[in-house]
Amino acid sequence: MGLALLALIWLITFVSTYFFVAKTWWLLPGASALAPIIDRQFNTTYIIMGVVFVAAQVSLGLFAWMYRDRGTATKVNYSHGNTTMEIVWTSLTAVLFIGLNLVGSPIWAAERFAPAAPDSVKVEVTGMQFAWYFRYPGKDEKYGATDPKLMDPSSGNEAAIGLDTSDAASKDDVVTGTMFIPVNRQVDLTLKAVDVIHSFFVPAFRFKQDAVPGLAIHMHFTPTALGDYEIACAELCGLGHYKMHGMVKVVSQADFDSWLAAREAEKQ
Amino acid sequence: MASFESSIDLKMPQAGHGGGSAPPLVGGGDNDNHGDGGLPDYNGRLRRARLGIAVALPTFIMVFIAMTSALVVRRGLPTFDDRTATYVRDWLQVTLPLPLLLINTLILLLSTVTMELARRQITRQAALAPVRTIPGVSLGEERHFPWMGATVVLGLGFLVGQWLAWNELSDSGFRISTSPSSSFFYLLTGMHALHLVGGVVALLYAGATSLLQRPVEARRIVVDVTAWYWHFVALLWLYIFALLWFVR
Amino acid sequence: MATHAPIHAHAAPQGFIRKYVFSLDHKVIGVQYYFLALVAVFVGMFLSLLMRIHLIWPTASIPFFGDIKPETYLTLLTMHGTIMVFFVLTTAPQSGFGNYFLPIQIGAPDMAFPVLNMLSFWTTFVAFVVMIAAFFVTGGAPLHGWTGYAPLSALPSAGPGEQLGADLWITSIAIFCVASLMGALNFITTILDLRAKGMKLMRMPLTCWAWFVTAILGLLAFGVLLSAGILLLLDRNLGTSFYVPLVVVNGQIMGHKGGSPLLWQHLFWFFGHPEVYIAILPGMGVASQLLSTFSRKPIFGYRAMVYAILAIGILGFVVWGHHMFMSGMSPYSAFAFSVMTMAIGVPSAIKTFNWLGTMYRGRIRFQSPMLYAIGFVSLFVSGGLSGPFLAQPTLDIQLHDTYFVVGHFHLIMGVAAIFGMFAGTAYWFPKMFGRMMNETWARVHFFITLAGTYAIFMPMHYLGMAGQTRRYSQFTEVAYQTKLIPLQTFMTYAAFVTIGAQLIFVINLFWSMKKGAKAGDNPWESTTLEWTIPSPPPHDNFGGHIPVVNHGPYEYSVPGAPRDYVMQTDPPMAGVHPS
Repeated sequence: MGLALLALIWLITFVSTYFFVAKTWWLLPGASALAPIIDRQFNTTYIIMGVVFVAAQVSLGLFAWMYRDRGTATKVNYSHGNTTMEIVWTSLTAVLFIGLNLVGSPIWAAERFAPAAPDSVKVEVTGMQFAWYFRYPGKDEKYGATDPKLMDPSSGNEAAIGLDTSDAASKDDVVTGTMFIPVNRQVDLTLKAVDVIHSFFVPAFRFKQDAVPGLAIHMHFTPTALGDYEIACAELCGLGHYKMHGMVKVVSQADFDSWLAAREAEKQ
Repeated sequence: MASFESSIDLKMPQAGHGGGSAPPLVGGGDNDNHGDGGLPDYNGRLRRARLGIAVALPTFIMVFIAMTSALVVRRGLPTFDDRTATYVRDWLQVTLPLPLLLINTLILLLSTVTMELARRQITRQAALAPVRTIPGVSLGEERHFPWMGATVVLGLGFLVGQWLAWNELSDSGFRISTSPSSSFFYLLTGMHALHLVGGVVALLYAGATSLLQRPVEARRIVVDVTAWYWHFVALLWLYIFALLWFVR
Repeated sequence: MATHAPIHAHAAPQGFIRKYVFSLDHKVIGVQYYFLALVAVFVGMFLSLLMRIHLIWPTASIPFFGDIKPETYLTLLTMHGTIMVFFVLTTAPQSGFGNYFLPIQIGAPDMAFPVLNMLSFWTTFVAFVVMIAAFFVTGGAPLHGWTGYAPLSALPSAGPGEQLGADLWITSIAIFCVASLMGALNFITTILDLRAKGMKLMRMPLTCWAWFVTAILGLLAFGVLLSAGILLLLDRNLGTSFYVPLVVVNGQIMGHKGGSPLLWQHLFWFFGHPEVYIAILPGMGVASQLLSTFSRKPIFGYRAMVYAILAIGILGFVVWGHHMFMSGMSPYSAFAFSVMTMAIGVPSAIKTFNWLGTMYRGRIRFQSPMLYAIGFVSLFVSGGLSGPFLAQPTLDIQLHDTYFVVGHFHLIMGVAAIFGMFAGTAYWFPKMFGRMMNETWARVHFFITLAGTYAIFMPMHYLGMAGQTRRYSQFTEVAYQTKLIPLQTFMTYAAFVTIGAQLIFVINLFWSMKKGAKAGDNPWESTTLEWTIPSPPPHDNFGGHIPVVNHGPYEYSVPGAPRDYVMQTDPPMAGVHPS
């Protein structure tokens, strides 16, 4: 029985470890400035926890077999423990866990404590059941007023977010259902939600932030690779949560400018 | 080896295979189901009941701590206004029906006095109860002021007063959904009133046990524990009143 | 501090109603809770079976049930989580086994307040009925997840099931809170006041320590959940705005303003985090008890184990923000919460080291209680080690609200805690019912379930890293997620096998009650007080005289002792380390 236990525990351990090491299913390729740094912290944690995982499970299986009752041959160690060992492994664990956390904290600080750079691209993201809308403030760099009374989701875009066209600042605002951003420039995101909590998650950017009604949350990131990246809503928001899907297209600065100009022209 | 005075049929518990030793028999109080003389151990039960209410108090406190923190946070919390694209605070000061609340406070404080007198009264009765059982001893007929009844009346008076305070606030335009400040007023006073109702029910139960001729020592435990609970609910009111006043 | 005075002795009750329905006997009440949890776990498993089927075959029609629409999936998910967390994990380990065995293990004839105990069970039962009723009202059960985030849970128009069903859900939880608080009060008073002579706190079995700290957690946490629920009911029904700011649902302006969705999250998780420790601590206690008994060795580091339980309890109250790293909460508080969360990993690690240390150089017997206990350790390690990923906000950005989290909490709560219950059942069944469970079928059940649950839940970590978001009713809409469907399919098949294998457990349970081999008083040669009394125990547990305790709980293989175990009630002897 001890051998059967060892076999099963070791088998489970090695099979799962194999897939972890082989990275058969793995993080999407990173496409933002912070991605390599986050991934490095991820890998460090991964390796450490992986070693602990294998060591613990292998020991468990091994002990189950080695210390099975073998009749009179088995001698039991009557011991209530070992205080020195307790202190040693408690301290090591504390240093390891808390150290790991502290090593990763500058990354968090860089992303969240500091505000966006002054020359970043401004985009406002509004989540509602069950679509994302993106607003660009235009040349005046100011978002125009919105009014809940003007919100009409069935009309899409400007009407969906309730853009108040009587406000001067609204005249040059562009609202779209797909997010275009230029590569290698920091994006200053303002996240809003109209009805319930949603979450703006772009796995390729290692970016996630809840969009909360009643708040306008500022967050920034910098895309570093051209391409199309999927947005998946990451906070349960109702029956359409699974299809609250969006797209971020990272293009060159030139393409971004011409795209934005074309959208502004359409408004005339 | 100790001897047992009762005729309880002792079943010797068997240990598992491998043979165990007979369980140690210790004479005296621990092994009987009663204290000395075959009477139920009322002192032990009182201590246990008081321990129970003491353990219960942190729970009530946590409910009100949760509501307090919700109040404090909500009061300072701004919300994003789309039209001005700024964060605005929407806390509207509520005009408390102060005279009524002060009267109610006095009524409640008075009720703690009557409650405490009731508690001491029945404590004396319980202490004297064994004396009464001595044949030939008479303590005479004592007239007992119905302190417990007075407490119930005062408690109900407080609840009526709170109801009047609610009406006054509602008439002045502050209903539960009018503003966060009024929501918290109704919430906190309502939760407090609910807990006071619990105390009143306990007192009515204590009164019922008297009618049902339960032994006075048992009734004393009910009244004692209710009294401590009552004092707690009164202190809680002082806290809530102060909170509503300072954070209005 | 304990008053050794026994409670008012009540004679054994007569009549079916007094004996089995409104019994005041903690043993009957414990069994009632256990069977309530057993019904609940099968309801919960059935819901998860439907979920797994829908994920792989979104358009399939289930016999008797019909189509599973996206909102139905979310309802299944919500009720699965709610029923499992409250009516299984908070019920069986604590109120089931704790009610039955706490008084006996400390040498008491019953709980401190038997009437309150009976009321707490029936209140829990009422809560369960109200919860199930939510399925059958107009609109059906809610779809907002067991976490019930506002405004989704606060707005009746935000989704199907969010009308009366949501009100019933909140009401059921509120009733459950009251029941739990009553139970916690009873447990704490019993431990403080009813320990037998010689049963010092530091001689209590670790199961009792676990039940003690779990009760304290419940005492302090459930009041906050109750408050949160009351505020939610007010927002839903009386137009207040505790949680809901100005929102527009489908073009309609709702009548709220100024409320904070984060307020719900703070209140809920202030309860929710201690709740997960409430779910796991009793299982840890059982694991410690069984590893010691079946290794024939004292538990390694009894004191450290007690301190670890206390540390987990205390730290459990200051880490709730780690559920809210992405919520819009201040990033500075996120940092504080994350440090405390890493800290709480330390006592859990200590316990794991000590469990391994207990087996080390022991003399292991592999009866089914031990198999489940070893399984518990393996599952706890697996589930626990994904914690340090989630505890770092930097990494939580990627992993929050993905299947990585689902894998993490299922391995710990959904499997390790359940193995704690299997272990407790296998261990205490002989004492409760006077018969042994069938050992062969228990072993079959153990091996299939261990392999099966790993097959279901380990892949969730891969899915989470690959970005599979949770609470999605199907994976057909997001391109990078459609690639992950084969792994989900594997998990569904593993679920079929594993859920099917649970029938073995249930059949074994009921068959053995009637037909199992008769059990003696101490079939496992275990040392704690429940093994000094007959199987099943007499009405007042100790047959008229309360034991006197002379030893700690885990005196196995004492050099010079006549047997390899010294009961706690055995006379004092040389060779035993002082306790």
